[in-house]
Amino acid sequence: MRIDVMKTYKLFINGQFPRSESGRVYELNDAKGKFLANPAHGSRKDLRDSVVAARAAFSSWSSATAYNRGQILYRIAEIMEGRSEQFVAEIVAQEGVTSAVAKKQVEEAIDTWVWYAGWTDKISVLNGSTNPVAGPYYNFTIPEALGVVAIFADGKPSLLNLVNGLAPVIASGNTAILIASEKFPLSAITLAESLATSDLPAGVINIITGKTAELVSWTGSHMDIDGIDASGLTSKQLKEVEELGAENLKRIHTFEGKRNPLRISSFMESKTVWHPVGI
Amino acid sequence: MSNFEYAPAPESTAIVDIKSEYGLFINGKFVAPKSGKRFASINPATEEVLAKVAYANLADVNLAVTAARNAFTKVWSKMPAAERGKYLFRIARILQERAREFAVLESLDNGKPIRESRDTDIPLAAAHFFYHAGWADKLDHAGMGNSPKPYGVAGQIIPWNFPMLMLAWKVAPALATGNTVVLKPAETTPLTALLFAEVCQQAGLPAGVVNIVTGDGTTGSHIVNHPGVDKIAFTGSTGVGKAIAKAVAGTKKSVTLELGGKAANIVYEDAPIDEAVEGIVNGIFFNQGHVCCAGSRLLVQENVQDELLEKLKRRMSLIRVGSPLDKNTDLGAINSATQLARIREISDSGDLEGAERWSPACNLPQKGFWYPPTIFTGVSQSHRIAREEIFGPVLSVLTFRTPQEAIEKANNTPYGLSAGVWTDKGSKILWTAQRLRAGVIWANTFNKFDPTSPFGGYKESGWGREGGRHGLAGYLKAGN
Repeated sequence: MRIDVMKTYKLFINGQFPRSESGRVYELNDAKGKFLANPAHGSRKDLRDSVVAARAAFSSWSSATAYNRGQILYRIAEIMEGRSEQFVAEIVAQEGVTSAVAKKQVEEAIDTWVWYAGWTDKISVLNGSTNPVAGPYYNFTIPEALGVVAIFADGKPSLLNLVNGLAPVIASGNTAILIASEKFPLSAITLAESLATSDLPAGVINIITGKTAELVSWTGSHMDIDGIDASGLTSKQLKEVEELGAENLKRIHTFEGKRNPLRISSFMESKTVWHPVGI
Repeated sequence: MSNFEYAPAPESTAIVDIKSEYGLFINGKFVAPKSGKRFASINPATEEVLAKVAYANLADVNLAVTAARNAFTKVWSKMPAAERGKYLFRIARILQERAREFAVLESLDNGKPIRESRDTDIPLAAAHFFYHAGWADKLDHAGMGNSPKPYGVAGQIIPWNFPMLMLAWKVAPALATGNTVVLKPAETTPLTALLFAEVCQQAGLPAGVVNIVTGDGTTGSHIVNHPGVDKIAFTGSTGVGKAIAKAVAGTKKSVTLELGGKAANIVYEDAPIDEAVEGIVNGIFFNQGHVCCAGSRLLVQENVQDELLEKLKRRMSLIRVGSPLDKNTDLGAINSATQLARIREISDSGDLEGAERWSPACNLPQKGFWYPPTIFTGVSQSHRIAREEIFGPVLSVLTFRTPQEAIEKANNTPYGLSAGVWTDKGSKILWTAQRLRAGVIWANTFNKFDPTSPFGGYKESGWGREGGRHGLAGYLKAGN
């Protein structure tokens, strides 16, 4: 009989897989109550390190061509396709669903990357405009990436929710800090392993596992986070993050439903440029 | 250089009939305030009382919100969108008809030059209503999905720098999208909003669709915290904007915020200097610098600084400061004693921190609130006058050597409302515009506004946009 090689689930920061600097982990059981893993119990310092990495990655990711970003999102789908079995096994263990249900979720998650890969070079057409001002000026509005966005992933379906949050945020050129679901963190780390091998530049996506209640206040009050997808928070946590986020006017949104270009545009800013017309 | 004397050219005030006392405009009628209190609105150029206006307390705000709710559920949300739009068209036309009256009243109450209220504020306010009127029955094409829905009652709080124009920026999109309104004009400039109430009556706008409550910050907070208000739209300081964001945390209220700025106006060495000087003057001295998007930080490339400053000073010495009602006036009165004190306090910090102050010789009137056009040179990024919004006719001049340095300095602020760039090279304009983290970029121009052009800020300059298709999003719940 062979003893399984169990996986150490770590954080994903700046393209690396560090343990929490705090040395903390928390015990995670499967749907049947059996020990599953000891994911990292991320600290405030881990979050801060993620923000530093995300901020550093923002300039080059947001100024990469939309074509380039689209190809990288598509590449993530390619890599995940090859790891489907591992995603299915983790979803079955965490969520207690059948492997057929889990497989469907994995397929939808992969297809969601493909869907957003196609949006990178089209969102400007949807949200940009030329504006017929009453005067001799050429005037246009373009959408631009907001900056560093934190995403509180909702619980089940655990993998699909991660992709629903991440793909639209990075499609436009934002960089992200994904705060994994406290109960279902394994898909997030396995996703990180796909991201690490998919041409995605270091720091564009960073993933923290840990206790949501702690991470809510640290994220809400961090002055270098520009936006938050709070879909995974309770109404009480949402209030807390909105109160703290008011200090630097973070753009905070929650979403229902799945694929939607509004998820992209919610984390973009509109820039309007005027120039005189004349000879 | 010889200076020509100008004969006074005062605009007549006979066109406007200011009542001695105003009520609140609730449910289509002017009513006495439940608070029993009134306060004075004064002419900042003379310190004379123009009128006593009603102070709205919580009971008054309750009545206004109830009127707006009833109008929303019983009338406005049931009306065909095309008919709703026709009311906005009517309002636009009446504003055009009564434009001179509005312009005179605006200059009296606010202190801004009649040239600006006549040529900018009021025509643009009418244009905003005309533009949004056409949207009312086309909301399926607003980029918010099919059949997007209004929020319901919009609470709107506007500032004193462009009283009538800010009213139009708020009320026009709210009504076009099918919301009803409780509007609070600024404490020091309520009169044109109260005249607008008469326009609503003339247009036959159903009672309660627009309600106007005058008061102070406490009145505003009653609107923000009112459980019957579904949407808040605020224009004002970043400090108050953050307080509103905090107050509505955890509620379902939708919020748009148009807040402060500290715009960089970048002049490259290859800029047309004479045009840039005009743009700098327009950027900081338009409306006494009481402009959230004012070009209050001049970033000039080091090798053209001397030439530019010499021309700028010469141009500034031609600025005519004085009576807002004189058609030759360029710079009018500061809006209030409070604002004048604030401008003085921050400007004085420029002296204390080692910047060098310059103003042209000018005779300021004895009565009223006045501040001369002022520039500070030798300003460093850490100076308060380079970081804080002064909201007055005070320009801070900084220099840079490379385009990269210009971008670094321009973006080194928590604000991100607007910016300017001056150069003859097209690719450099676009390179610069791409890198500036600001919502509005004026290239080889400054302080231009239009209802079709989205306006609003990055970072701590606010949430959302006003104007254009983008501005509708703040008043609509996304459809399918």
